[in-house]
Amino acid sequence: MKQVVKKTASLIITLFVVSLLAFLAFQIIPGDPTTKILGTSASPQKVAQLRAQLGLDRPVLERYLDWLVSFVKGDFGISYNYLRPVGRLLADKLPVTVLLTVVSFGMTLLLSVPIGIFSGSLRNAVADHAAVVAGQIIMAVPPFFFGILTCYLFGIVLKWFQPGNFVSFSDDAAGCLRYLFLPALSLALPRIAMTVRMLRGSIRSELTRNYVLTAKSRGMTRRMILLRHVLRNAMLPVVTFLAVSAAEIMTGTIIIEQVFTIPGIGRLLVSSIGNRDFPVVQAIVVLLAAWIMIVNFIADMLNQWMDPRRREGGS
Amino acid sequence: MKKTGNPYLLTGGILSALLTAVIITGFFWTPYSTTAMNAKEKLQPPSAAHWFGTDNFGRDVFSRVMQGAGTSFLIAALVVVIGCSAGILIGSVCGYFGGTADLILTRICDTITAFPAILLALVIVSITGSSVSNIVLALGILFIPSFARVVRTQYAGIRNLNYIKAARLQGVRTPRILYTHILPNTLSVLVPAMTIGFNNAVLAEAGMSFLGIGIQPPEASLGTMLRDSQNYLATAPWYALGAGFSIVLLILSFSLMSEGVQNLDAQN
Repeated sequence: MKQVVKKTASLIITLFVVSLLAFLAFQIIPGDPTTKILGTSASPQKVAQLRAQLGLDRPVLERYLDWLVSFVKGDFGISYNYLRPVGRLLADKLPVTVLLTVVSFGMTLLLSVPIGIFSGSLRNAVADHAAVVAGQIIMAVPPFFFGILTCYLFGIVLKWFQPGNFVSFSDDAAGCLRYLFLPALSLALPRIAMTVRMLRGSIRSELTRNYVLTAKSRGMTRRMILLRHVLRNAMLPVVTFLAVSAAEIMTGTIIIEQVFTIPGIGRLLVSSIGNRDFPVVQAIVVLLAAWIMIVNFIADMLNQWMDPRRREGGS
Repeated sequence: MKKTGNPYLLTGGILSALLTAVIITGFFWTPYSTTAMNAKEKLQPPSAAHWFGTDNFGRDVFSRVMQGAGTSFLIAALVVVIGCSAGILIGSVCGYFGGTADLILTRICDTITAFPAILLALVIVSITGSSVSNIVLALGILFIPSFARVVRTQYAGIRNLNYIKAARLQGVRTPRILYTHILPNTLSVLVPAMTIGFNNAVLAEAGMSFLGIGIQPPEASLGTMLRDSQNYLATAPWYALGAGFSIVLLILSFSLMSEGVQNLDAQN
């Protein structure tokens, strides 16, 4: 319990520090956003008026606190480019990205754990080498290239779907999920290969432990030892890794959304970076950062709950 | 030793040596000019003259891949050099001396490594502007924590071993202990970390260039080529395939080598 409080406090402090850094990072950008909106020929009066309207005339720290308070309340500021509230922009785009992340993470979870257990229990040297090589090849394919490959194969050669013709969820839920299948798979594949590799290694090293020998001497079958004892221990490092995967997948959507022209926050982020629309960039970055830290926190808690040694509060 | 030695190290080593040779050649010579446009030979399929075909400007894709791979290779190598040397410096001091500074630095490193490098690199480059040096610096700095962590763990484990105690008692100076006594013993962990870092750097640079936030034209990298090739996927798929599979091959050869080094270590 003490651990949980400590961890939560540290999560909040880290979130605070990260938000401060994210805010400050966007303060040191050369160039004034008013030039972006009004152009270079605007009168000084108009510039001053807009600066006041955007709150740029106040001290940095004051602006940070203001920004943080409104951010927590869900007010993310106004986009320089669209002149619309950033929150509204995100509300349009976020659901798609979240859906893509969830589908992709679900694939990772559902496929990597069984495959990992299977490959961890393989006792055939040839099959084992084949698994290692297959894993290495899959990990070497960048998700965006896999995406392009599937676009070519299933979109252009086989014509199973039309790349770039995204189906929105509200129009056709099944069609949308079908469209998201390939991007989700592109993101999931390398993560699956990495998780399988890790789980396999973890199972291997657990199998050499003494408790396995003890269980064997009591006449338990290999399968029972594996599922009942080994897996519980072997899963511990994998849980942490899966949290990293959830974060990586969410970030990976930034690129994969470009490949499949999915209108999510990734595309918004990239176009906003191009337009130097910093309130949008800032909001997306802080949201992603918060997501990443919360996922890691959950993994940490899960780990503690799964591992009785850590539940007692020792390290 | 097992029967066939170390197939991963062998294949990985040969592949990386070949690729490195092709890339180094590409710095000085390519079969065709990488910039000269030739409208007559637009989007030609692969042939004996153009192994990977030609792109939308009639440029030889193979020549461009040679050069683009060179850019990617150079960026990734620099990123690893920056990340690794700074990581060794920070990790060694933290691991060897411990204390409050160690605690704080470890905490910072943990937080940074929790973030996917590409996200932070995107932010940094979007603020500082796209240029090769900014990408190298951004990724290099972001790769420091992952090296520092690996090195720190090694140093913390080694610092109280007898041979280090003996060296201390003999009055060997601390920098000498840190970098000539301990450092060589961390290589078995450091080398795989470097190849993994190299691959991640290749991936990160390719991803950023693919988004149009990395290398800017007319310079070519494998990422920018993939980005351009997407528009011609239906008419000239060889363009995307040539650039994409070059990335795959580059990463695969280095990760096979890393796997080989790790196996070597496990066998000893």
